[in-house]
Amino acid sequence: MSKEIFIVVGAGQAGLQICTALRANGFEGRLILIGDESSLPYQRPPLSKEFLLGDLDPERLLYRKAEYFEKLDVELILDDTVEKLDASRCTVSLRSGRTLKYSKLALATGARVRALECVGSDSPDVCYIRTLADSLNLRERLQRAKSMVVVGGGFIGLEAGAMACKMGKKVSVVEGSERLMKRAISPDLSEYYLSLHREKGVDVRVGCEVSHLEQHQHGLTVVPKIGQSITADIVLVGIGVVPNSEIAESAGLECANGILVNEKCLTSDANIVAAGDCTMHQNQFLQKTLRLESIQNAVDQAKVAASSMLGGNQTYDQVPWFWSDQYDVTLQIAGVTSDYDNHVRLCGKNENSFSFLYFKGDELLGVDSINHPVMHMAARKILQRKMGDETGILKSMTVDEIAAFAKARPTVSS
Amino acid sequence: MTKVTFRQPDGVESTIEVPDGWSLMEAAMQNDINGLLAECGGGCACATCHVYVEELELSGLDEISDMEADMLECVSSERRPESRLSCQLRMSEGSKDLVVLIPESQI
Repeated sequence: MSKEIFIVVGAGQAGLQICTALRANGFEGRLILIGDESSLPYQRPPLSKEFLLGDLDPERLLYRKAEYFEKLDVELILDDTVEKLDASRCTVSLRSGRTLKYSKLALATGARVRALECVGSDSPDVCYIRTLADSLNLRERLQRAKSMVVVGGGFIGLEAGAMACKMGKKVSVVEGSERLMKRAISPDLSEYYLSLHREKGVDVRVGCEVSHLEQHQHGLTVVPKIGQSITADIVLVGIGVVPNSEIAESAGLECANGILVNEKCLTSDANIVAAGDCTMHQNQFLQKTLRLESIQNAVDQAKVAASSMLGGNQTYDQVPWFWSDQYDVTLQIAGVTSDYDNHVRLCGKNENSFSFLYFKGDELLGVDSINHPVMHMAARKILQRKMGDETGILKSMTVDEIAAFAKARPTVSS
Repeated sequence: MTKVTFRQPDGVESTIEVPDGWSLMEAAMQNDINGLLAECGGGCACATCHVYVEELELSGLDEISDMEADMLECVSSERRPESRLSCQLRMSEGSKDLVVLIPESQI
């Protein structure tokens, strides 16, 4: 029997995790990892956080040194990309001209930034954060800049805005919707973050849509549809991402705002799995089909995808969790809470530490914690048990009681 | 550079050199030390890089922050007086060489 060839497209968190999991699960065939950046796989979360301060060597972001890939016997193809997938022939064609045949293929192609599309948005002073190169570019510009306008009040923009503020820059944020981080957090928490950024001196404008940008010799003016214009040295755009699903679409795989996968991370082609930001997936835990952009989703889906490549039966059924660092405030989110109809606030050890527990009726949907990791970790354990309305009893418990409750019963592993 | 020896639960040891300014977790991950997950990449947000530091009180390491203390309450293996999150242990010039034990589990 000829040796099996598994190809992983995308060398981010999910792609790396798939390779690690394949070898850990005993895969002995050829394993090829293809990445479109020149760097070894690296961590993206710091790119919008402390990396921007300027003293962190990019090497620090690497998940593993080069030797690791040798040890794992992974053939790394970097700075190259898959231009065409032929699912009927089981081949991928690379930009460099090579065509590779696979027995199983994993798509971990991630997402790319959603571009701001308006007059003036093609200026070189408009920055984004997704890749190491993006972040290096922004941090170099930040060294020289005195001011920055952030377009988009989501995680990435607010984290980077907080860093720029810490560096003494004049920071403004314009958010088109009526509140900050609307997709991820509740109105109460949006309000908290609005106050936090304003207290730090950031000019935050919500309900403020960008009309166009005007380029000057030094810097840019952001002109909103309503309200005063803001001029700054640089503009950072953080208005979300778009899944990289084009090669899958062209190959005829089912896609809809991402590559469609089932709970085993299988695509509509039995030889192809997908994991991470690029997937529109059936989320067993949430009982809905959605796309999640997070480390947790990338890691947990990758493990399932690797299992499926080896013919295993693992399914993806994990509590989603997220975090964000802004100034000295750490937000930790467990679960997805957009459908809540009542909530409870619990205090931590001091006034800067608290959590919101969100319920639909008596069912706990999730918990947002501000500098309150005990509650976050407890929430993840409790949510994973899927107790439904039984979680209503948490409403009358203290933090200590909830932490004890989380510890008392073993987490059901899946 | 600080020499750090990681001892696995089965007693197997490996020693690495941690560059100044790096956290123990970062160096351990890049050197493929088994038994640390570091899911959040050093954000003090996941409690999956738990270690036991031998002779912690003599180590000269930074004090445990409130966040780290809270996260340590959530570690999967036993929380002991010498428990630390390796992402919060930053080595600097003059740091003492360390021996740390990897716990049985991280999640």
